[in-house]
Amino acid sequence: MIQIEHLYKSFGAASVLKDVTLNIHEGETLAIIGRSGSGKSVLMKHIIGLLEPDAGRIFVDGININEIPYKELRRVRRHFGVLFQGGALFDSLNSFENVAFPLRVFTDKSRAEIRAEAEHCLEVVQLTEVGSKHTSELSGGMRKRVALARAIALRPRYIIYDEPTSGLDPETSNTINDLIHRLAHQLDITSIVVTHDMHSVLSIADRVAFLHASRLHWVGTVDALHSSTDAVLRSFVKASEYSIGHQASS
Amino acid sequence: MLADLALRLSQPLISIGRFALLLGKASGSLRYFSTYRSNLFTQMVQIGIESLPIVALAAAFSGAVTTVQTAYLLVSPLIPDSIIGAVVVPSLILELGAVVTAFILAGRVGARIAAELGTMRVTEQIDALEAMGLNSVGYLIVPRVLAGIIMFPVLYIAAVMVGVVGGMAAGELAGAVPIGEFVEGAREHYLPFGPYFGLIKSLVFGFLITSISCYMGYFTKGGAEGVGRSTTSAAVTSCVYILVADLVLAVLLL
Repeated sequence: MIQIEHLYKSFGAASVLKDVTLNIHEGETLAIIGRSGSGKSVLMKHIIGLLEPDAGRIFVDGININEIPYKELRRVRRHFGVLFQGGALFDSLNSFENVAFPLRVFTDKSRAEIRAEAEHCLEVVQLTEVGSKHTSELSGGMRKRVALARAIALRPRYIIYDEPTSGLDPETSNTINDLIHRLAHQLDITSIVVTHDMHSVLSIADRVAFLHASRLHWVGTVDALHSSTDAVLRSFVKASEYSIGHQASS
Repeated sequence: MLADLALRLSQPLISIGRFALLLGKASGSLRYFSTYRSNLFTQMVQIGIESLPIVALAAAFSGAVTTVQTAYLLVSPLIPDSIIGAVVVPSLILELGAVVTAFILAGRVGARIAAELGTMRVTEQIDALEAMGLNSVGYLIVPRVLAGIIMFPVLYIAAVMVGVVGGMAAGELAGAVPIGEFVEGAREHYLPFGPYFGLIKSLVFGFLITSISCYMGYFTKGGAEGVGRSTTSAAVTSCVYILVADLVLAVLLL
């Protein structure tokens, strides 16, 4: 379980997060939504300790990650898989080597075992034919799937997706959404999806956290999102060209 | 207004502090050899072996030009031709071998390191390493700085050797000094501390270029423009610190 308590973060004079308190439960898929610049990615980076809060605490499985030494923090991070917005694939390695990288660095497996494991991960994301391709030869959707294969290589307990469908066509977005949904259930992973894509939210999320004006404005289930009368939330959802009313009636 | 001015004035101190913290983190990561072992050999090849042709070319021309210019300045029936070797070889050992190598590598190696790490930063590859639980400083910075410290003295030795050969060849071809007299002059005025001084300098320059470039690249901000800025800053800042270190070492050690 991840607990975020009274989190504050500013960059210079710009306050990005104010008094954010949020619990992420074991096994759920939580979508963190909000406008561009609302602090979604900043919140995501706090969860894995890539940013330090100005105030507040973050607990991962009961461990306050802001108070532990760097070595311990790295150990906690190994429970996470992260799919970064652009994939963040290592461009000095090909697709297969990217997936094998965490296995090579963090496990004592033999070459054959690493090969088998990496191939399995690529199979899970339905990409078996791209192993030898350089990352620059991959399409946007393929890059994200290879990055997802790398993220699940160490069998993490948590996966964080940063804008997993941004820049993708609707069909590829659906493929990614299906993958997120399938992985959450197949591997029993707690998923945190940072997005402003409401279609994605409604397809995969169990609960939704809405960031607005640097604060956590609303938290609830997807059903509660449908019936919410909160004007700011409804405005955001409508602006995403996916009105809750339309979704409910269809 | 006043706060803005104070922030601008404190910026160099903040940079020095961040640089020191980064070096502290890097030295703390030295003991985890398995983290950077494979990367170290790759970097030694990229920084050392791949730089050898351009360093040799520059050293050969430096030796040749120094010989021709020394011959031009010291033409006199009262001065023996062997003096040319006595001037050129110590110049290469004490100054030119290390400094010419350093300036070339500030451009070639420094810019490359800053561009590589800068691109990794802006494309979140460094965040991805950290998010995996890997010590990114240990994995990326330690092998580059170590490779610089190990390979720069090797390149310095190669530069001096090629520079001396270039000088001898130029002296002979230009008719300024026969090879025998060039060698005789160099042997007569040989300074035993010279090579040690040159090696110390090249080691310091190797550390400065790689650590400054790693710092610039690792803390890159912004997109392609930020990478460009870091790359330029790495080369320029390295050159400035090479000049400063050159003077400081000469004052302290000679």
